[in-house]
Amino acid sequence: MQTVHHAPHDLGVAKLVAALRQGELSAVETAQHFLKRAQAQADLGAFLALDEEVTIAQARAADARLAAGTAGPLEGVPLAHKDIFVTRDFPTTAGSKMLKGYRSPFDATVVQKLAAAGMVTLGKLNCDEFAMGSSNENSAFHPALNPWDRTRVPGGSSGGSAVAVAARLAPAVTGTDTGGSIRQPASFCGITGIKPTYGRASRYGMVAFASSLDQAGPMARSAEDCALLLSSMCGPDPDRDSTSLDRCEEDFTRSLNDSLEGLRIGVPSEFFGTGLADDVRAAVEACLKVYEELGAKLVPISLPRTELSIPVYYIIAPAEASSNLSRFDGVKFGHRADEYTDLVDMYRKTRAEGFGDEVKRRIMIGTYVLSHGYYDAYYLQAQKIRRMIADDFQQAFRDCDLIAGPVAPTVAWKLGGHGNDPLADYLADIFTLPASLAGLPGMSVPAGFGEGGMPVGLQLIGNYFSEARLLNAAHRLQQATDFHSRKPEGL
Amino acid sequence: MSTPTTTPVKSLLVRGYEVVIGFETHAQLSTQSKIFSRAATAFGAEPNTQACAVDLALPGTLPVMNRGAVERAIEFGLAVGSFIAPRSIFARKNYFYPDLPKGYQISQFEIPVVQGGAVDFYLGAEKRTVRLVRAHLEEDAGKSLHEDFIGQSGIDLNRAGTPLLEIVTEPDMRSSAEAVAYAKELHKIVTWIGICDGNMQEGSFRCDANVSVRRPGAPLGTRREIKNLNSFKFMQQAIDFEIRWQIEEIEDGRAIQQATVLFDPDTGETRAMRTKEDAADYRYFPDPDLPPLVIAPDWVDRVRSEMAELPRVMAQRFVSDYGLPEYDATTLTQSKAMAGYFEAVAKTSGQAKLASNWIMGEVSRRLNASETDIEQSAVTSFQLAGLIARIADGTISNSAGRQVFEALWNGEGQDADAVIEAKGLKQISDTGALDRIIDEVVAANPDNVAQFKAGKDKAFNALVGQIMKASKGKANPQQVNDLLRKKIG
Repeated sequence: MQTVHHAPHDLGVAKLVAALRQGELSAVETAQHFLKRAQAQADLGAFLALDEEVTIAQARAADARLAAGTAGPLEGVPLAHKDIFVTRDFPTTAGSKMLKGYRSPFDATVVQKLAAAGMVTLGKLNCDEFAMGSSNENSAFHPALNPWDRTRVPGGSSGGSAVAVAARLAPAVTGTDTGGSIRQPASFCGITGIKPTYGRASRYGMVAFASSLDQAGPMARSAEDCALLLSSMCGPDPDRDSTSLDRCEEDFTRSLNDSLEGLRIGVPSEFFGTGLADDVRAAVEACLKVYEELGAKLVPISLPRTELSIPVYYIIAPAEASSNLSRFDGVKFGHRADEYTDLVDMYRKTRAEGFGDEVKRRIMIGTYVLSHGYYDAYYLQAQKIRRMIADDFQQAFRDCDLIAGPVAPTVAWKLGGHGNDPLADYLADIFTLPASLAGLPGMSVPAGFGEGGMPVGLQLIGNYFSEARLLNAAHRLQQATDFHSRKPEGL
Repeated sequence: MSTPTTTPVKSLLVRGYEVVIGFETHAQLSTQSKIFSRAATAFGAEPNTQACAVDLALPGTLPVMNRGAVERAIEFGLAVGSFIAPRSIFARKNYFYPDLPKGYQISQFEIPVVQGGAVDFYLGAEKRTVRLVRAHLEEDAGKSLHEDFIGQSGIDLNRAGTPLLEIVTEPDMRSSAEAVAYAKELHKIVTWIGICDGNMQEGSFRCDANVSVRRPGAPLGTRREIKNLNSFKFMQQAIDFEIRWQIEEIEDGRAIQQATVLFDPDTGETRAMRTKEDAADYRYFPDPDLPPLVIAPDWVDRVRSEMAELPRVMAQRFVSDYGLPEYDATTLTQSKAMAGYFEAVAKTSGQAKLASNWIMGEVSRRLNASETDIEQSAVTSFQLAGLIARIADGTISNSAGRQVFEALWNGEGQDADAVIEAKGLKQISDTGALDRIIDEVVAANPDNVAQFKAGKDKAFNALVGQIMKASKGKANPQQVNDLLRKKIG
């Protein structure tokens, strides 16, 4: 009889599925194992909520289905959700004091679909408040620490998600990506994450930040694990989300092993300019060489409006956010100020107390750009350039099948490293914003290590609905490299 | 289809001022569920029992368009000859209020679903046309309940998300009477096609009137908007008060400030709620949660094919098929029930014009007097048709017809024939019997005969009257005329 050589936390999703199915592990013992790790590594700040009772009850049900032969495709595999997804069984805060203690009466579609696939929920993961940030330092509760160097940020906004996977506290997690919130923390923590085409995964039950950009996706150690989760996350949700696309569910693992012979990889010159740190450039270029060895061809391309994506994004996303966050007014749910003199005073105090600085900043920017007299100059203009950015990609995809480049200009910076300079955070989003604005699928794949031994991520961007192709390219890289299977010391 | 051109205006001046009125009407659409959620829309439920997670704006919820609301908007557009936009946009209107759960209302701003069109109606005997600017879909807010909560307000979100069609006119109306006539016509259209129950007390049909005054030929004056007029009576009172108030302000040398006002039925006055200075900036922008509303031509065609005949079309048919004057046709198509009653009478009796005269005359008088609708008419269309047939074939006179109608209304008799028989109202067509009566009357009134012979026509009429009386109304007046003239002429 074959024995399990690895501890459960070193098995990825694919191996856990097999081990659970063969009875080498039970869902309950797997869940307990990960919960124990999560508790032991509480200092990392990855989780905002754990509830052993709930998790074990879900695991028992999974074991029963495994025994009964009614197991779902991911039966018994634990996962944790970014606290942006509303859940019935755990509180949902969106990383904000505004929603402290809030309990949703329903599960997000993504949560429901992964549960239907048999996954067991470990808890809820830390993130920047309302997913606004790129360091997880905007969480109203506590920061999350990068397991590769605990003095550094894990990235954001899905920082807790990336930490949980990198520290082996969960085999896979969900994240959300509005302007890079899956890809950038995945890059900073040396894991794999994919943001699918806008509209592929239902937004129902995601606490909205910027509706036209928000998209859910999986984060895990490997492209194969991401493909397994993504296959269970996507699909139309016409009765609950009008922006979910009418595309059938897809098996994203089907072409993982396809050959890359003849694959044309576009390399945008704008992604390799002076703003790119040398260590990141070296790691990314080394990966591009690996691709050439695997039979792919590198094609120089141009995405001329890359720099414009920063102002465009920081107009559109705050505009939508300022409106989406109006519902947090102290009237119906969430935080309400203890003392106030009248209605307007209640609104003011509630929102002043409930929201953090970055959220307030974006509400103010958004309110400003939508105001009478400024709408045309800012919001409409940004929408026009957004369309041009999308067109630039279509132009580029005439010459290539995929686009490759860095996820972020640098490796993870030090906690507090950007000080009180929000612009430094905004500028660091430059490489992830274009795909978000165009609604294209993008992913981050471990690409080696840079300064201070910190992970570097390779970004792959595909055309609409090319997730399977992206995952195939990532998987082949991961068969030729071992960056994704390395783990931080002491974990 | 009406042509949306400017109506030539013969303005009634009020103290030398021309009155200019435009309307915005919120018609609640008669869908079972809300415009963006599946919660029910029924009126009068316990507070907050018909509000689901979407209506409460719980985090993570999203709107999904109710196709039934779109169909009703299409129906309205077709009814008033509008352009149905193949692609229209939902926008967010942002403002804070406790009964607005999301902090914004989903509405349509730059590109509405229904564009243009016109409403035609009669003001007295004069045909009027009010052009429509647009009609757009939007959601209603909840209600703030200020009573019953000492020092606090309650919020009822049952109404939040109820579908509304906001119908906006050009400033084409020139008097309160015309405004009310427009509102009544619009009310008729939305209830006729069944997109709105028209219940004004429950707020299903709410009108806002934009009122301004100016010297003839001058540019438009500054308007004030009277909000939430929920009865035709208050509408007229409120507009009349507002016109007087504005003229007095101007006469006293004060400029009108743009404002939103409310009408107080107790005092009969309008009172400003807010002025333009504190008007909100709603920060409209396209709602990213809702893709553009795309209406393919075949959807419009299907809705058109399933729609009931419109009052306008039906009136035209009454003119062409039954030869009715346009005025009669328009009057008879004031309600579906009235039109149906007419058609039944006209078809059964074969006498369309008589049917129209009777319905617009005797029937309407009796219905008004007893405050009943045509559906409850004591005289059925079949009975009226029977009565009219007897007048047409000369069995009874018109005046006898009124007696028959009276009897039928009071439930005396199954049908016209039974009443005619029972009351002996059949006209005397037997010349012998009539001859005898005439001879008796002529013999008994030698003075009248002499006067007639001396050239006084009045005396002849007096004799006819005597003969009719002696016949108890059963004589045929034409026949009496002929016979009498032969005898003494």
